[in-house]
Amino acid sequence: MPGVLPSGEPVPADGSLPPAALAGVGANGFGVYVHVPFCASRCGYCDFNTYTAAELGSGVRREDYADTVLAELALARRVLGCAAPPADTVFFGGGTPTLLPPGELARILDAITDTFGLAPDAEVTTEANPESVTPAALAALRRAGFTRISLGMQSAASHVLAVLDRQHTPGRAIEAAREARDGGFRHVNLDLIYGTPGERAEDWQTSLEQVAKAVAEHAADHVSAYSLIVEEGTRLAARIRREELASPDPDVAADRYLAAEGALTGAGLGWYEVSNWAADAAAQCRHNLLYWRGGDWWGVGPGAHSHVGGVRQWNVQHPARHADLLRRGRSPGQAREVLTPEDRHVEEVMLRLRLAEGLPLDVLDPVGRQAADRATADGLLSPGRRRNGQAVLTLRGRLLADAVVRQLLP
Amino acid sequence: MLDPGATDPERIRNFCIIAHIDHGKSTLADRMLQLTGVVSARDMRAQYLDRMDIERERGITIKSQAVRMPWTVREGEQKGESYVLNMIDTPGHVDFTYEVSRSLAAGEGAVLLVDAAQGIEAQTLANLYLAMENDLHVIPVLNKIDLPAAQPEKYAEELARLIGCQPEDCLRVSGKTGEGVAHLLDEIVRQMHGPTGQDDAPARAMIFDSVYDVYRGVVTYVRVIDGRIEARDRIKMMSTGAVHELLEIGVISPEPLKSPGLGGGEVGYLITGVKDVRQSKVGDTVTIAAKPAAVALAGYKEPKPMVYSGLYPIDGSDYPNLRDALDRLKLNDAALVYEPETSAALGFGFRCGFLGLLHLEIIRERLEREFDLDLISTAPNVVYRVELEDGAEHVVTNPSEYPAGKVAVVHEPVVRATVLIPNDYVGAVMEICQGRRGALLGMDYLSQDRVEVRYTLPLAEIIYDFFDQLKSRTKGYASLDYETSGEQAGDLVKVDILLQGEQVDAFSAIVHKDKAYQYGVSMTQRLRGLIPRQQFEVPIQAAIGSRVIARENIRAIRKDVLAKCYGGDITRKRKLLEKQKEGKRRMKMVGRVEVPQEAFIAALSSDGDKPTSK
Repeated sequence: MPGVLPSGEPVPADGSLPPAALAGVGANGFGVYVHVPFCASRCGYCDFNTYTAAELGSGVRREDYADTVLAELALARRVLGCAAPPADTVFFGGGTPTLLPPGELARILDAITDTFGLAPDAEVTTEANPESVTPAALAALRRAGFTRISLGMQSAASHVLAVLDRQHTPGRAIEAAREARDGGFRHVNLDLIYGTPGERAEDWQTSLEQVAKAVAEHAADHVSAYSLIVEEGTRLAARIRREELASPDPDVAADRYLAAEGALTGAGLGWYEVSNWAADAAAQCRHNLLYWRGGDWWGVGPGAHSHVGGVRQWNVQHPARHADLLRRGRSPGQAREVLTPEDRHVEEVMLRLRLAEGLPLDVLDPVGRQAADRATADGLLSPGRRRNGQAVLTLRGRLLADAVVRQLLP
Repeated sequence: MLDPGATDPERIRNFCIIAHIDHGKSTLADRMLQLTGVVSARDMRAQYLDRMDIERERGITIKSQAVRMPWTVREGEQKGESYVLNMIDTPGHVDFTYEVSRSLAAGEGAVLLVDAAQGIEAQTLANLYLAMENDLHVIPVLNKIDLPAAQPEKYAEELARLIGCQPEDCLRVSGKTGEGVAHLLDEIVRQMHGPTGQDDAPARAMIFDSVYDVYRGVVTYVRVIDGRIEARDRIKMMSTGAVHELLEIGVISPEPLKSPGLGGGEVGYLITGVKDVRQSKVGDTVTIAAKPAAVALAGYKEPKPMVYSGLYPIDGSDYPNLRDALDRLKLNDAALVYEPETSAALGFGFRCGFLGLLHLEIIRERLEREFDLDLISTAPNVVYRVELEDGAEHVVTNPSEYPAGKVAVVHEPVVRATVLIPNDYVGAVMEICQGRRGALLGMDYLSQDRVEVRYTLPLAEIIYDFFDQLKSRTKGYASLDYETSGEQAGDLVKVDILLQGEQVDAFSAIVHKDKAYQYGVSMTQRLRGLIPRQQFEVPIQAAIGSRVIARENIRAIRKDVLAKCYGGDITRKRKLLEKQKEGKRRMKMVGRVEVPQEAFIAALSSDGDKPTSK
């Protein structure tokens, strides 16, 4: 089941935003996120807003989805007027975007270009499941304008993939990465998950070695590694509750993270966000950086979140309801929150501290700066960067990032 | 001749009922109220005289009262003659022994009421001895004879042996059906004598109870011993010398009834407008300001707290409410003492002194129920007298204030405890008492299979789960009574609990040397399970002075970061962060260690593996 959306203020039927929000759009970059809420099957650990054909029921057809997206883009255009600059980044996430035919993804990307325009060197990413892409499809996406692909590899161990309910075979993700590179993608990401019940240290080492090999042969230039989070309401949570599977151990997760840092650094990648490593600045995911640096984006699709000039807004969750609202010319926004200056400060500290570039210390109040000094003394923030006026996590600090954030905030 | 204020002492019978909880005293009193006609059937409700909800719910009477009932004898030589019966209710628990003794002293006789299915209990026995010491005439009565499980023959023999009468002298009643109650009233008139006192002497009346009433202020219950008090008199409290105008004088029957005065031997109430029961203390003597008595009645004692505990509001902002609530309860409870106290671990609260554990429980429950407060209470402790080698002496009511210097000797209060049990359980009871540093004083057979065992025990050993353990090891048969019996030197030490080297005041305990290790191990283990991991390793130590006797470690937390934080996660993560920060604000800091308040509550709660000695 998808996770529950936060509560907030209602969104006006026409989706209009306060003038103050419109005035500031794009000051820190502008992007578009397209949510594709479809999956061939539901993975046991996943609480994203995605639906299998059976879960969707008869009211929604995948074939109609591109039209729904186009309708929301038209609404976004009406709401933003000429406030939005051309998009610097576009990101198709899911669900499984590649369950839509490349032609449909291309149609959506064209519509985004028509609506907002694309910056000359725009980054256009799609997520993909290793088993759902073919060389032909990859070539078509490349031709349509996609510049980056993110593959959900998760693990190189078949028994770990089985616990995660992933459908691909262990070698397939690396193979798909090679196909993407051969198809002309400049940037390829491999997603990994660690700390899955039943995963042994050597399983994780094997996953990291395979990824390192792909990096070495330039099949991938970016790795994301997440510790498995057991989300409430998922099948995985139920299995752990029934004690069929062991609960993830945070100490083991810490060991895995250190192993990842070692292996990925050894492969020539560098961390630029707590869970993300890239070959160089150009290989960093600019769309995600937009999130972390407080940039604006419009999120299209059911359950998608937007951030526009200090307003965070999220769409209704179910695809049928989302499509229905748009059909009736109404905003699919379920709720939103207008961030107060305090909220913005909390978010800035919370998000920018996750980045290797760090948080400028002058953002903090005097008490926060004192807390930063203590965190530096405790080995959680880098003393060198501290001297340059930046709060930057050390390796140990990255593992305790949330605690550091709590310390720095009032 | 029977009007209040003008009753011939010959026509008065003042008595109380001695009974154990659940032996049916309140129900019997209900029947008496009905039979004598002071409460009509229409107005009758169960346990009419018990005022507070808490009394009715727990089936115990905390505050006594006196009811004046007219009675015309139905049978025997005095048939047809009219009398005034003053029934003086007595509190039914060990913590209130002093109040019981004053209630007893207000009458000439006592009805010993015993459940015919259970036999006498230890507290009843103790109160019976108290009545006999006061030369009260005792009428033994077996109650609940309507119960199928009643064994009146067996228990009549037991009572006869205790009192020194014949088994057939035991009356048999059923408070439930009313059987035998009229006969009991006749016998009260026949067997007991009327009060004797000096009519022409300066007035002396003994206070046997005082109750705070929101509308009337303090209502003082008295028994006139000598002389008389008139409604227009100014009265004087002999312990303090304080003089008060009388606003009202009267009798309770069972509602207050004004009278022109109270004569010799009469029982009634006074209202002076004072607002605090401390100005009208149980056991004190009331006299008339214009013509005061020279000597007060014997037996007055200041209430003395025996057990102390720190009470802290769980929500620190409730501190003023807790203070107001204690101030209110104090109006009606002369034994409750408290003073502000600050704990590094628990914040602002009060160190409160109580007569005993039940008193503590009642106060705590009333604070929570009537004043809607959520409280943490520290483990109860007794009062220690610590003599240092340099000759200085400290009275310690809070273990964390135990003096730091070289201790010469520590004195702790002891009690004389009486346990009644079927003889099969003598071994179990001795084992429990021995394990708690008890010294056997003696034992007696009350009947063929019921034994009275007497021990001297440190009070500290019985304020924790002693009674519970006694009950569970004797299948619920044991009954317990104790009275304080001075103090003794004990081989006692203070055990401190340290988190990362910082002492946690709320967990310091004074325990016997042989139990220090057990306390240290159990407390450190307990805390290890309750305190969340911190960014650094946290040692938890138990120490006597600088000597560490037990140690546990909380390993440092290594990972505290949500791996993923993308566009859709930001609002959720910010809200989570705000919640965590709110939680952090509720953390108590011990040095650099963040301890959730729940950990203190859980560690201090009485369930679980609490040490048996403190």
